[in-house]
Amino acid sequence: MIALLTQAINLFAALLLILAFAMITQRRVLNLVHLFTAQGLALAAATLDVGYLTAQPHLYASAAATFLLKVVLLPALLHRLINRLQVRWDVEPLLNAPLTMLLGIVLVVFAFNLATPIAALASSVARSTLGIALASVLLSFLMMITRARAVAQVIAFLSMENSLLFAATAATNGMPMLVELGIALDVLMGFVILGVFLFQIREQFDSLDTRHLERLREE
Amino acid sequence: MPISPFAFVAQLLQLAVALAAAPLLVGWVNQWRAWLQNKTAPSVLQPYYVLHKLLLKEAVVAENASPLFRVVPYVVFACMALACAIVPALSTDLPLAPAADAIALVGVFALARVFISLAAMDVGTAFGTMGARREMLIGFLAEPALLMSLFCASLISNSTSLTAIVNKVAHSHFQLYPSLAFAGVAFTIVSLAENARVPVDNPATHLELTMVHEALILEYSGRHLALIEWAASLKLFAYSCIGLALFFPYGVADAHAPLAMLVALPALAGKLAIGGLLLALIETVSAKMRIFRVPEFLATAFVLAVIGLLVHGLLEA
Repeated sequence: MIALLTQAINLFAALLLILAFAMITQRRVLNLVHLFTAQGLALAAATLDVGYLTAQPHLYASAAATFLLKVVLLPALLHRLINRLQVRWDVEPLLNAPLTMLLGIVLVVFAFNLATPIAALASSVARSTLGIALASVLLSFLMMITRARAVAQVIAFLSMENSLLFAATAATNGMPMLVELGIALDVLMGFVILGVFLFQIREQFDSLDTRHLERLREE
Repeated sequence: MPISPFAFVAQLLQLAVALAAAPLLVGWVNQWRAWLQNKTAPSVLQPYYVLHKLLLKEAVVAENASPLFRVVPYVVFACMALACAIVPALSTDLPLAPAADAIALVGVFALARVFISLAAMDVGTAFGTMGARREMLIGFLAEPALLMSLFCASLISNSTSLTAIVNKVAHSHFQLYPSLAFAGVAFTIVSLAENARVPVDNPATHLELTMVHEALILEYSGRHLALIEWAASLKLFAYSCIGLALFFPYGVADAHAPLAMLVALPALAGKLAIGGLLLALIETVSAKMRIFRVPEFLATAFVLAVIGLLVHGLLEA
């Protein structure tokens, strides 16, 4: 049973990576929100699993907080946001998807190689999944760079935070509760600010394309 | 090593089951697809009626068709029947299985594809040529992804033989393999493309601009068409069995317990029924994509399979 649960952590990590890849290639805004919800669910399950294996009750609280925040609250806010921005059924332009995916493979190889020596030093149960967590972080970065519309960039930012949290759990068997609560609040605040920002962008340019922000105009 | 009588029976039984049940699988998928789309479903036996009707009809062949055109249905049918005989669906004790490992199996599918594309171009109609071009485009993108996802499973059992893969996963201590999650997604995408299912091709359409599989076989009629349709259902059956062998091989009999075949048969039927239902579900919730999106779709499969190999190196080595 213990062996199976240890393998289950690896499986959840693999799911996180698959979902990160799915997000990179997903064009529909609504599906991006669904994928983000699934990622939160995988993260909560992985945290719960690590908590049980290392007998740390505070990880249960962390898993519950992850579930409430990432699976219930943030997706609900995202749904409200895309409804009010009227981008629920939008299909995003995607620049050269095959090239992005090949870049994704390069990032994964890089992250795996980078994480191997670090993981050798760690003593946590999930240390071998550190490479996967790192790869997910880099993939979210890639998504933030390649996407033109602001909503997808926000979702990429949130997904990066998911991966970072998983990296912390994998490397150290979970951070202190205080740090996690701080991060959770930060993310929530960041989301609120970004939400306001999105409305401002649309007001100014009549679109959510962030490329409009690159040119400086005098008025 | 002499072939045991049990192995011989297993081989014959598996081939017979594949030939008999393949149209039933197609009928099952079509029925569920119709139900899920709020349509009145055709009978689950409909593919048999179609085969029966076509076999009774006269085969009309174009005047300028070469002998190749007449031979191809038999070649394609033989390839698919061989594929069904090789994949360990009921038992791993198959005398034919050592004849072809996973790589050769991909070669068998490629052989059928080349011949059917040649036949489509043989008569010289515009649709046939167009269909052949598209089929080759999809095929050459799907093959590397298929090989990579097969390699993911091969790395676990250290063998490219499908029977060894099934033996390793089904008959040893239960273990979760994260790399197989990647390979599974990749294999699903490849199967959809190779079997001309909805996101890539619609098996139920004769709309000129979108059809791939139907364009290839437009010139065939009568018993030739019946054989090709039967071969297409065998292909779906073979792919389903490969998927089950790689990712869910539980319940397959082996050489030590030939009587487990009695359990293996209902187990296979149950697994295929669930698989067919999932296929119908995928086809219902996804829309057919433009042909120029297909390379991207299949590139995703390739990327996922490659990452499966990398994850195997990271987590399972």
